[in-house]
Amino acid sequence: MTGVKGEWPLYEVFVRGKRGLNHVHVGSLHAADDEMAVRHARDVYTRRNEGVSIWVVRADAITASSPDEKDPLFAPSGDKVYRHPTFYDIPEDVPHL
Amino acid sequence: MTTTVDEAQLLEDFEHTVAQHDRIEPRDWMPERYRKTLVRQIAQHAHSEIIGMQPEGNWITRAPSLRRKAILLAKVQDEAGHGLYLYSATETLGVSRDELTQMLLEGRQKYSSIFNYPTLSYADVGTIGWLVDGAAICNQVPLCRTSYGPYGRAMIRICKEESFHQRQGYELLMTMMRGTDEQRAMVQESVDRFWWPSLMMFGPPDDQSPNTAQSMAWGIKRDTNDDLRQKFVDMSVPQAEALGVTLPDPELAWNADRGHYDFGSPDWEEFAQVVGGNGPCNAQRIAHRRRAHDEGAWVREAAMAFAAKQVDA
Repeated sequence: MTGVKGEWPLYEVFVRGKRGLNHVHVGSLHAADDEMAVRHARDVYTRRNEGVSIWVVRADAITASSPDEKDPLFAPSGDKVYRHPTFYDIPEDVPHL
Repeated sequence: MTTTVDEAQLLEDFEHTVAQHDRIEPRDWMPERYRKTLVRQIAQHAHSEIIGMQPEGNWITRAPSLRRKAILLAKVQDEAGHGLYLYSATETLGVSRDELTQMLLEGRQKYSSIFNYPTLSYADVGTIGWLVDGAAICNQVPLCRTSYGPYGRAMIRICKEESFHQRQGYELLMTMMRGTDEQRAMVQESVDRFWWPSLMMFGPPDDQSPNTAQSMAWGIKRDTNDDLRQKFVDMSVPQAEALGVTLPDPELAWNADRGHYDFGSPDWEEFAQVVGGNGPCNAQRIAHRRRAHDEGAWVREAAMAFAAKQVDA
């Protein structure tokens, strides 16, 4: 029975709360395959109309930025204040800007 | 030497995040004791939800009407869902579901002592909703702000659903109180049995709760056991009056100076006995869980075999 005895793989679940919103990560669950993961996700995460659409993806298929949420990957955006609208001084009396 | 310096820096970053009431996320560095405390607490909470299905599940086939049966089914299904949210949160700390399941089945991790009491009448379904879920809500609302992100997010989902649990229980009891003398007596008898065990759900008194100080420093817990217990008593007294039942505590009295109700002390010896495995239903609860797990093994294996076949095809 080796090969079928192990733990069901872990899936991450994303739910679209309603039309017009992005899918948002809501948690994880175990399922034997993709189809079962969608069914389980419905039962676990949308018992009260919390969603209109579900994505599931195997956790081991996700690539993440780094093992730390304080990632040097994001450092380049830290010193570029000129990317934000508040960087620019505009006289108060100029309309619609 | 560099590793020591790095560790000190990591610890400082961690403590800074916690002090800011910001959240710790799964891939952040965290002290090993913080991780272990979380695993113990969240797993215990998850196991409680899973074992908590049994006392009420006991009455599903004997619900007095289709309406009550549908409600009870939905409630017990929620408990399963809550267990799964919490297992999901625990797994982000690097423990596998299999390990968690084994630790429950082998008694190496605990679950709430309240579920080791039997449910002797249908009134108990109402009392559990009102008092047991009410106490759970008191415990859980502050945990929505706990320092570990996945735990807090699971608690937010759970708290939304617990409100249905408590209200359905209270409504069930109100319905029975409008019934016959016999039904009113059933409610009172049920409340008499569950009041003290509900107070024990908050854990030992503060001076005997060795983990509380550290858990509060880490932002895992937000309130002490005794503070939450007081809050629960203050909430429950007017609810009991509205219902028309008495709470079985001769020391229960309003204290105008404190602005709180005074109340008696639960039987902590009984609490120790139940936690230690000698409650009325400890053996039965675990035996039932083991049986369900063992009897489901072929289903889990068949699903894996089917999935493997689909990939090969």
